Amino acid sequence: MFDAVWGWPPPVLDPAGPYAEDVTLLAWVLMGMALVVTAIIIAALWAAIKGPPWIKEKLGGERAVWIGGIAFPGVVLTALLIWGLTLTASLTQPITGKEMRVRVTGEMWWFRVQYLDEAGEVVMNDANELHLPVGVPVVLELRSADVIHSFWIPHLSGKKDMVPGRTNLLRIEASESGRFGGVCAEYCGGPHALMGFIAVAHEQDEWQRWLAARLQRQQADVPLPQPRTTPLPAVYTDVDLPRDSALRGGTDWDATQGRALFMASGCSACHRVAGTEANGLAGPDLTHVGARLSLGAGILPNHRGTLVGWIGDSQSIKPGNRMPSYDRLSGDQLNQIAAWLEQQI
Amino acid sequence: MSVVPAAMWGSEPRPHLRALDLSAWRVPVLGVLLLLGACKEVPGPRYVTSGADAQHGKALIEQTACGACHQIGGIAWPRGRLGPSLVNFNDIGLIAGALPNTPENLAHFIRNAPEAKPGSTMPPMPVTDAEARDIAAYLYSLNDGGEDK
Repeated sequence: MFDAVWGWPPPVLDPAGPYAEDVTLLAWVLMGMALVVTAIIIAALWAAIKGPPWIKEKLGGERAVWIGGIAFPGVVLTALLIWGLTLTASLTQPITGKEMRVRVTGEMWWFRVQYLDEAGEVVMNDANELHLPVGVPVVLELRSADVIHSFWIPHLSGKKDMVPGRTNLLRIEASESGRFGGVCAEYCGGPHALMGFIAVAHEQDEWQRWLAARLQRQQADVPLPQPRTTPLPAVYTDVDLPRDSALRGGTDWDATQGRALFMASGCSACHRVAGTEANGLAGPDLTHVGARLSLGAGILPNHRGTLVGWIGDSQSIKPGNRMPSYDRLSGDQLNQIAAWLEQQI
Repeated sequence: MSVVPAAMWGSEPRPHLRALDLSAWRVPVLGVLLLLGACKEVPGPRYVTSGADAQHGKALIEQTACGACHQIGGIAWPRGRLGPSLVNFNDIGLIAGALPNTPENLAHFIRNAPEAKPGSTMPPMPVTDAEARDIAAYLYSLNDGGEDK
């Protein structure tokens, strides 16, 4: 999964937004300067050992120390500092409070994502996935529910810690649509290395449609299980099984059974599905789990197989995570729950 | 038998070297050769999956995360335990304990297990027919647990 999102060039050198672009430019210039200075030093060393006597004399003189040892580094480093601070001034611009705001809370070992309205009230819950419009700065309120995590989408911005008891603000912006991988960048215990998420940048019109559909779903009444009618995720596109195959989307009957099993097996104690009696807050919100790009916090692709595998034995996939393995359910039951969850989009 | 150069033997073989006389070794040497002749060559992959690309199959296994339920040789993570282990798959008997072990059946089972074996817990996988054959080729190439034991 990560290989699909993180190719070459590495994300840190492949900016997709203005803030990341500044940081990447600065990094390239610093690396370039380091190369130039190293080349000058090697050349001088070579000349001092193998060069003609008049060069050796000059390199060993007091003037060479004043110019090469004090004046040159002083001028170059001061210029770089001034230029670097000017370039990255946008990173520390004060936040006006009028930006779109999303609260992202680090939990062991996943990310709670809450979209806020202008008053700061939560209007939509999600997890491990951050959707944003292209070309608009988004302010993230970074928090932690337990230990220190660090939030990092290399394509879009630098990293910032999520500290318990604090709200750190991070402004990000995407300049092109696409999917960008993110990780927790601060060791936070056990399966820290398996704590990721995906940021999805939408073009404006697509963003409006996405937002409207999500808000409507969040406020909807108890949804009755429906056969899948929406397009399947991109991963299925090349598959020539019938799109409406009962095996793919799950039948009404499967989903109805799955819903009952979800409630009866205790899933609802930790997971919320908007509009149903499932209202647990300890684990990721599953209202849109069927539309999610990944499972297990950015680590598995989302399809029936991985859903069944995760529910049935998540401990063998992400050892130490806080969801128990539901291996007391049968294969049929796991498939039924998965069929219902696939419909939660 | 001729570890000692002949020049060191002197003009006449010393008595304790007489045991090296080849005529006395004919029978055991022949026996060993016959025994070696009875050994088979180390078997290669059990099934020839013509036209399928095992390395592409491995990439597909990683991309689809088959490891969420199966331990598979050469796949470091995940190593799920919900489904049966596929380590040393080259040596299994029937596919899923039910289907004749042929590349066609394996590809069919990978792609749409409930259709190939009604009642299977394994759901259909988001892969094409050709991709399923590549995955089958990789599984058949697993001998002694694949690359990492």
